[in-house]
Amino acid sequence: MKVLVPIKRVVDYNVKVRAKSDETGPDLANVKMAINPFCEIAVEEAVRLKESETAQEVIAVSIGSNACQEQLRTALALGADRAILVETELEVEPLGVAKLLKAVVEKEQPDLIILGKQAIDDDSNQTGQMLASLLSYAQGTFASEIKIEDDKIDVTREVDGGLQTVSLNLPAVVTTDLRLNEPRYASLPNIMKAKKKPLDTLTPEELNVDASPRIETLKVSPPPERAAGVIVESVDELVEKLKNEAKVIT
Amino acid sequence: MSILVVVEHDNEELKGATLNTITAAKEIGSEIDLLVAGFSCDSVADQACSIPGIGKVLVANSESYKNFLAENIGTLVSEVGKGYSHILAAATSNGKNFMPRVAALLDVSQVSEIISVLSEDTYERPIYAGNCIATVKSSDPVKVITVRATGFDDCEVDGGSATTEIVDLDSNLGVSSFVSEELAESDRPELTSADIVISGGRGMQNGENFSLLEGIADKLGAAIGASRAAVDSGFVPNDMQVGQTGKIVAPNLYIAVGISGAIQHLAGMKDSKVIVAINKDEEAPIFQVADYGLVADLFEALPELESKL
Repeated sequence: MKVLVPIKRVVDYNVKVRAKSDETGPDLANVKMAINPFCEIAVEEAVRLKESETAQEVIAVSIGSNACQEQLRTALALGADRAILVETELEVEPLGVAKLLKAVVEKEQPDLIILGKQAIDDDSNQTGQMLASLLSYAQGTFASEIKIEDDKIDVTREVDGGLQTVSLNLPAVVTTDLRLNEPRYASLPNIMKAKKKPLDTLTPEELNVDASPRIETLKVSPPPERAAGVIVESVDELVEKLKNEAKVIT
Repeated sequence: MSILVVVEHDNEELKGATLNTITAAKEIGSEIDLLVAGFSCDSVADQACSIPGIGKVLVANSESYKNFLAENIGTLVSEVGKGYSHILAAATSNGKNFMPRVAALLDVSQVSEIISVLSEDTYERPIYAGNCIATVKSSDPVKVITVRATGFDDCEVDGGSATTEIVDLDSNLGVSSFVSEELAESDRPELTSADIVISGGRGMQNGENFSLLEGIADKLGAAIGASRAAVDSGFVPNDMQVGQTGKIVAPNLYIAVGISGAIQHLAGMKDSKVIVAINKDEEAPIFQVADYGLVADLFEALPELESKL
């Protein structure tokens, strides 16, 4: 089985991003970039499938600027066999990403595509579902467990109120939730080895995909600030304030 | 301009998030139809018909829609939605699951989790865990939108008299099937619709200690939530997670216990009306968003709080 893992380069999750003062976008000057946390879980799951000999090859793919090579090398250090960069300087929306990935899927013919449920920059939560839809594949979103048997995959999904398990025909798309696994750290020897693994570059033009945006961002502003509150001295004072000042309990 | 709102339900009851979604739809335009897709879901259709200001309630009844499989529902909604200028659904785990499929089938972008409507094609949505608010304008012929419930009030539920219309479409892609479901049974209110939420973080130390929150929750009629740190540490299940990658809540009262206040957690609760933080670390960032902060050991403060309510 061949597994394709699309990954995204995003601002590191520890960075508190602020809007630029002229409100033209988020201020991303000199911020630390990293592989999106949910994508890291996707890479880990694919590598585990390879280690259990369910999968024979794991291919990481990313869409974006040349700098995404850094995150692809991380995926290679975590255990992916080879990588593909679809290089573009333009900002690509989830629909465009899904179209580009569809073209990569048609070229590579993977049996399973595992990707993060959402990127922590635009919080869209769309790409996996759109890719599955464009391919007419089944999807197992927000996965907390997967089980592969013959030409089917059972996916246990994190849904409002609990868990749901669905059975999907392969090939299929799976998007990862938090508890699917705990990603490993790349070891130094593996980071060195990753530098020698193959990384191919393609362009949207070569894939014959129009990924032009449909949504215009008019402005990016800071959220409304909350006024500073007070520190209470005791549980008694807290209960009193909640009853008489805030009037939220009786 | 005409708007289709996809109703969220469990084949028996119409879910609350639908009401916020209809309010968002009303801010976009006045011609609104509802779609109830499910199996043996007549009672949901009845509830939908009584909502005021609705044109008609489309009902797609088939076993293919019983478990809301995204493959089947997505195909159905893209077919039914073709004549509409806007298709809206709540940003629940169900709405997030099928809506991007609808958008892809219609070859349009999706605008995820809007929190306000500025005009028929321009909306506000949070990005970067709510640290920025983006104003976005869609140029697509059909706007496919998911609505964050906390951004909009509930619409009225009584007094309407819309009529139903049967949608005779059985969209079954045949690539997926339902196996099983494990839903938490609880007498407490649902996290996303509760008036009061009390949440525990890593400071709770283990899952058993969440029982300290239960007594208070019972007295206040509150739902119980958790931070991602508490979920990651295995204290409680993920469906209790409040935050950027979990549930977004905005109750009248949110009590954060043993939660440091990472930006990912704040993203899920900072629109609450009143926020209380109980934490022994006075430097914890949660105090910066709290209306009332109590610097205390939660193992002493919680039993005392329970006894005084």
